[in-house]
Amino acid sequence: MKIHEYQAKELMKARGIAVPVGRVATTPEEAVAAVRPVVDAGGHPVVVVKSQIHAGGRGKGRFQEHPDVAGVNVVTDGLKGGVEAAEARVRQLAETMLGSTLVTVQTGSEGKQVNRLYIEQGIDIARELYVSVVLDRATGRNVVMASTEGGMEIEEVAATSPELILRETIDPALGLADFQARRLAYGLGLEGDAFKNGVRFLKALSAAAVDLDTDMVEINPLVVTKQGAVMALDGKMSFDNNALFRHPDVVAMRDLSEENPAEVEASKFGLSFIKLDGSVGCLVNGAGLAMATMDTIKQVGGEPANFLDVGGGATEENVTAAFTIITRDPNVKGIFVNIFGGIMKCDTIANGVIAAVKQVGLKVPLVVRLEGTNVELGKKILSESGLNLIAADDMKDGAKKIVELAR
Amino acid sequence: MSILVDDTTKVLVQGLGSAGRFHTDKAIAYGTQMVAAVHPGRGGETERFEGETDHSGVPGRPDRYQVDVPIFDTVADAVAATGATASVVFVPPPFAADAILEAADAGLGLVVTITEGIPIMDMVRVKRALQGSATRLVGPNCPGVITPHQCKIGIMPGYIHQGGRIGVVSRSGTLTYEAVKQLTDNGLGQTSAVGIGGDPVNGTNFVDVLELYNADPATEGVIMIGEIGGSAEEEAAAWIRDNMTKPVAAFIAGTTAPPGKRMGHAGAIISGGKGTAKDKIAALEAAGVVVASTPSDMGTAMLEAMAKAGKA
Repeated sequence: MKIHEYQAKELMKARGIAVPVGRVATTPEEAVAAVRPVVDAGGHPVVVVKSQIHAGGRGKGRFQEHPDVAGVNVVTDGLKGGVEAAEARVRQLAETMLGSTLVTVQTGSEGKQVNRLYIEQGIDIARELYVSVVLDRATGRNVVMASTEGGMEIEEVAATSPELILRETIDPALGLADFQARRLAYGLGLEGDAFKNGVRFLKALSAAAVDLDTDMVEINPLVVTKQGAVMALDGKMSFDNNALFRHPDVVAMRDLSEENPAEVEASKFGLSFIKLDGSVGCLVNGAGLAMATMDTIKQVGGEPANFLDVGGGATEENVTAAFTIITRDPNVKGIFVNIFGGIMKCDTIANGVIAAVKQVGLKVPLVVRLEGTNVELGKKILSESGLNLIAADDMKDGAKKIVELAR
Repeated sequence: MSILVDDTTKVLVQGLGSAGRFHTDKAIAYGTQMVAAVHPGRGGETERFEGETDHSGVPGRPDRYQVDVPIFDTVADAVAATGATASVVFVPPPFAADAILEAADAGLGLVVTITEGIPIMDMVRVKRALQGSATRLVGPNCPGVITPHQCKIGIMPGYIHQGGRIGVVSRSGTLTYEAVKQLTDNGLGQTSAVGIGGDPVNGTNFVDVLELYNADPATEGVIMIGEIGGSAEEEAAAWIRDNMTKPVAAFIAGTTAPPGKRMGHAGAIISGGKGTAKDKIAALEAAGVVVASTPSDMGTAMLEAMAKAGKA
């Protein structure tokens, strides 16, 4: 699960991680009202107006409706005209940005509508650094990655100058040790107050990643101010979905408007669903088989419309929901049901498919391949239902048939 | 011969919820020695399992079975009373890590964890705790381990298996079944089949299982099934290149998976351009592995690898 920057900063602040002062706004009025408190708290008349969407690259992104306006804007009007001038400019920006569509390198060409802005104090930046905490799957431990190349994509740094990325593996029994935090701080070239603040920041961030069960926390840039403070100028956090049960405060931050509606609905039924652009709908049990089904469709000349794993313990109701979600996509020109029953029983799938067709109808060709637990019973139920479907011998045969029919 | 489990393996089940009960019954039907159950609060009770024997499993058993499995409050009690040597964990995700630690503490040599959805940080701690211990963890989020006609620990359908010459190892449950069925159909059969699970942090990896198969005299070839995410397949490829004396076939799922999206399994994600199917396939092919282009071709790929090695 992902959250917005302002929410990540809220969580960080509560855990002793330095962040700039800021306020979130959903209307131009709220944006204007945020300016004075932010300026007072920051002691500086410059504010920044930042779009809040679940995608990176906002600073370089532009609005579809206003190609000359960036996703992040520094307001310096307060330097000459005082707070009133800053407020006027913030109002103008908020009216332009809110409700408009921001296109960044990560949103795709369709962009994302901006519904929230974050009004933040301007910072006197001396240096821009990078730090993140992610899982290193090779060791099965979290690792802190830090780099002097703040503001750049870490993948790019890793590709062009991997020696600039510092790494410290966190022992889960100990947390990030002081010496490791110092080693990172030295490696980042921090000195004096910035060194002390940097060590404190790194330790607090590592502890927060564990406490909050983050999948990934990335601070890019991490800034050193001219006054020697070390703070998170941006903050990206995503969470391990398996651990959300112990973080109700994080769950409350979920913004459903940032997620694909079909994927949200599918998740309510315990279905793992990802929308894709092709024309062959897939209903499969097991994540590996679901992926392999997409691959096979592509291999025989088609394009999958989705990834869908109904899971091992799916009921007839879940299968019906899955079928309904697939058929709702207007791009779907054919459906391939591919089941290898283990825990999942083939008769459950058969009954679910029949119930779904009764409910929502069947306007496109349907190919069904059943194998595994209760396969004979499943096939019998389908053949006696009178449904207009095509049976397949194996997965590749099924894929060929549906791709042909969906053309 | 086989790896990890055989007809001497005595299994206890942790967690007798609906999944634990259902699959304990299936394991008994197959002929697995299910000697105990652990369910805190139900110590002293017994749970009765009865039904038709699955004649695809352990040979020479009567048509019907009726077994009363004793339940214990702790794993240590269960081991002391029954001599169990392995555990299968069906405990729900919030408590599963603790169940694994309890099994390791009781000195069990093998802990197979079926549970899907364990928090990653819990598994990070478990992995740390198991370092240097004699306990091998398989999983979590896996279908289990089976040696055909001897011992079935997990949720795989028993009847598709046939004893034979090939070792199977996989990150995916249903794709394991695909491979097993094809090996049964083409007559190669299986020595054992091991699901290592779809989570990013797991107990046993490809290389661990490849080592076991390489050392097992009955295993003549290995089929490994990987998927996008992480670098376990690349590490396996390097190990195969340097150490493997037996032919290997493979399939990698997720060629069409979009980057940045988790494909069902918590560990199946392409992040920062790393962990793509293309890279994994290239690494395996460079190590001399025959890679099937679709899952329907896994059995054929294995035959091809065997033929290349002069073992057809």
